[in-house]
Amino acid sequence: MKTNYKKFQEKFIEGLLMLSGTVTSLTVLLIVVFLFSEGLGVFNKKPIDDDFNLTIHAENRISKLSPSQVKNIFDQKIKNWKEVGGKDEKIILFKIDDISDFYTDDQLGKDFKNLSWCINDYIVKHRGVIAFFSKKYISKNFKGKILDVDKIKVSEFLSGDEWFPTARPVAQMGVKPLILGTLWVSLGAILIALPLGLAAAIYLSEIANSRIRNILKPLIELLAGIPSVVYGFFGLVIIVPLIQQLFNLPVGETALAGSVVLGIMALPTIITISEDAMRNTPRAMKEASLALGASKWQTIYKVVIPHSASGITAGAILGIGRAIGETMAVLMVTGNAAIIPTTLLEPVRTIPATIAAELGEAPNGGVHYQALFALGCILFIITLVINLLVEFVTKRKTLSKH
Amino acid sequence: MHKIESKNVNFYYGTNQALKDISLSIEKNTVTALIGPSGCGKSTYLRLFNRMNDLIDNTKLEGQILIDGVDIYAKSTNVDTLRKNVGMVFQKPNPFPKTIFENVAYGLRVNGVTDKKFIEERVINSIQQVALWDEVKDKLKKSAFELSGGQQQRLCIARALAIQPSVILMDEPTSALDPISTAKIEELVYELKDKYTIVIVTHNMQQAGRISDTTGFFYMGELIEFDQTKNIFTNPKEERTQNYITGRFG
Ligand SMILES: Nc1ncnc2c1ncn2[C@@H]1O[C@H](COP(=O)(O)OP(=O)(O)OP(=O)(O)O)[C@@H](O)[C@H]1O
Ligand SMILES: [Mg+2]
Repeated sequence: MKTNYKKFQEKFIEGLLMLSGTVTSLTVLLIVVFLFSEGLGVFNKKPIDDDFNLTIHAENRISKLSPSQVKNIFDQKIKNWKEVGGKDEKIILFKIDDISDFYTDDQLGKDFKNLSWCINDYIVKHRGVIAFFSKKYISKNFKGKILDVDKIKVSEFLSGDEWFPTARPVAQMGVKPLILGTLWVSLGAILIALPLGLAAAIYLSEIANSRIRNILKPLIELLAGIPSVVYGFFGLVIIVPLIQQLFNLPVGETALAGSVVLGIMALPTIITISEDAMRNTPRAMKEASLALGASKWQTIYKVVIPHSASGITAGAILGIGRAIGETMAVLMVTGNAAIIPTTLLEPVRTIPATIAAELGEAPNGGVHYQALFALGCILFIITLVINLLVEFVTKRKTLSKH
Repeated sequence: MHKIESKNVNFYYGTNQALKDISLSIEKNTVTALIGPSGCGKSTYLRLFNRMNDLIDNTKLEGQILIDGVDIYAKSTNVDTLRKNVGMVFQKPNPFPKTIFENVAYGLRVNGVTDKKFIEERVINSIQQVALWDEVKDKLKKSAFELSGGQQQRLCIARALAIQPSVILMDEPTSALDPISTAKIEELVYELKDKYTIVIVTHNMQQAGRISDTTGFFYMGELIEFDQTKNIFTNPKEERTQNYITGRFG
């Protein structure tokens, strides 16, 4: 009787544990599926606002343009239809704001009620025209041709140099500057955090006596608990002006500022993980080295550091992982210009900062909205790779021990 | 002059006194065994000779320890130099995660020796001294972890010999080994006596009797008796020594 009850109890607890495990895994799976289904949706969309049309003269041979062609036409970099495969005909840009240059107020009518007629008229009369206007101005007997725009391509998305998701007539969805911005800031962060973190870890594990360690260790762990906005404030008030003055820049909001702030934020991770690894160096190994007349430093770099190499690597990678995903602090100090960085002293825009800053403005379900999810997917893949790397590094360690 | 001299040594871990007024002297080219029940302070005492206890926070030493007449705890003593002269073999074999060759070369390298040929000769020579040469000569480039426990321990002895110390401290060097490996190491200790002064901690009474010239019996931090090994084992002056040796306690 009693054993039966105990058995039941054990089964019950087992079931509960299994349930929570399953729920967690399902939640993670759900998030990933959601992220990717939204994100990949962007490649099924045209980078043009659903409510707007691009129209051309009915006799124009062209029926489809790529997003970048449209952009270049409106930037007047392409001036003739033959450059995009049409007839030799000068391109005439028609903007709805200029309508009153061509039609009188009388023609336009009260409250612009004849606007659609005027637009139609203008398009019919100009063979080289290309016009961008709201769908609601298309009259019933519209005589122009509605131009098709290519869908966003994965290759263009990844390699595009420009990120203007709200640009008109077509949004520019090139994420290269954002990916590079993210990588630059993270790389800078790790270059700052790794030497510092390593030095601090060595000090804590090998040099500091137990009293100092007992004070410093919790302090460093506390550093990990500070909300990132606070780091952002610190960066904005101290690091940004400092960088501006130090390098004599017009603005201090740069990739470097982001790197410094992220570096500081990554420090606790790097320090605690590598310090743990170093303290795990078998005492016997250190004593063997010292007993052979090796100095403390020789013992540190010949025994302690090699022994904890995988721990140090894991710490560094996890530190970068945190840096790459970090949003708030970076948003506050990097200037957020979506340009491809050439030095650390320029403003950059990172992926998380872009998502955080733009998601609120992007209309739900639109191209911009989905493009931001696609950015989320890229970030997810980057961090996934990082986590796999950690896994690999730590696994190699356990293998080599046997 | 005695090789090692200990004068009224007291040692404390924090407030806990682990050694009480230990005085003894050890002659050159002898083997001295330190015996006594667990926790009586043998390891603590042994580790004073190469200042290994310096690594432990919160310890205090009173009294003097002289090696070749020099106070090894004097301000002017360089600890690294001292440890070159006083080698140590630990209870558990503790080779580095390096090749067999590099394990033995380690002490030379950290002491600034760069001459490749010299290092090679010294490594081979040391491995030969511990009678390990035939067993490892074909796998010097292999990891030291591929050796058996007994082989690893002999490698650790070779590693200590490579920098040519004059004193070798051994803390229960055979306690983790099988009888055959133990016999090999005992034989080795006996041979090494010609060149080195050896202090060995052991729980094995037969071993102490077989290999040592002098024996010190420790009990609760005190040195109860220190004499010729044959006297200790056949005719101890103290009853506590007698009881311990005959296995009545400890
Ligand atoms: N690192 C340390 N910190 C504090 N106390 C210690 C430390 N090492 C040893 N002691 C204490 O000092 C006393 C002597 O220990 P020691 O290791 O020298 O004994 P031992 O004779 O070598 O014992 P065993 O035969 O078990 O190795 C013990 O009471 C032990 O608790
Ligand atoms: Mg001991």
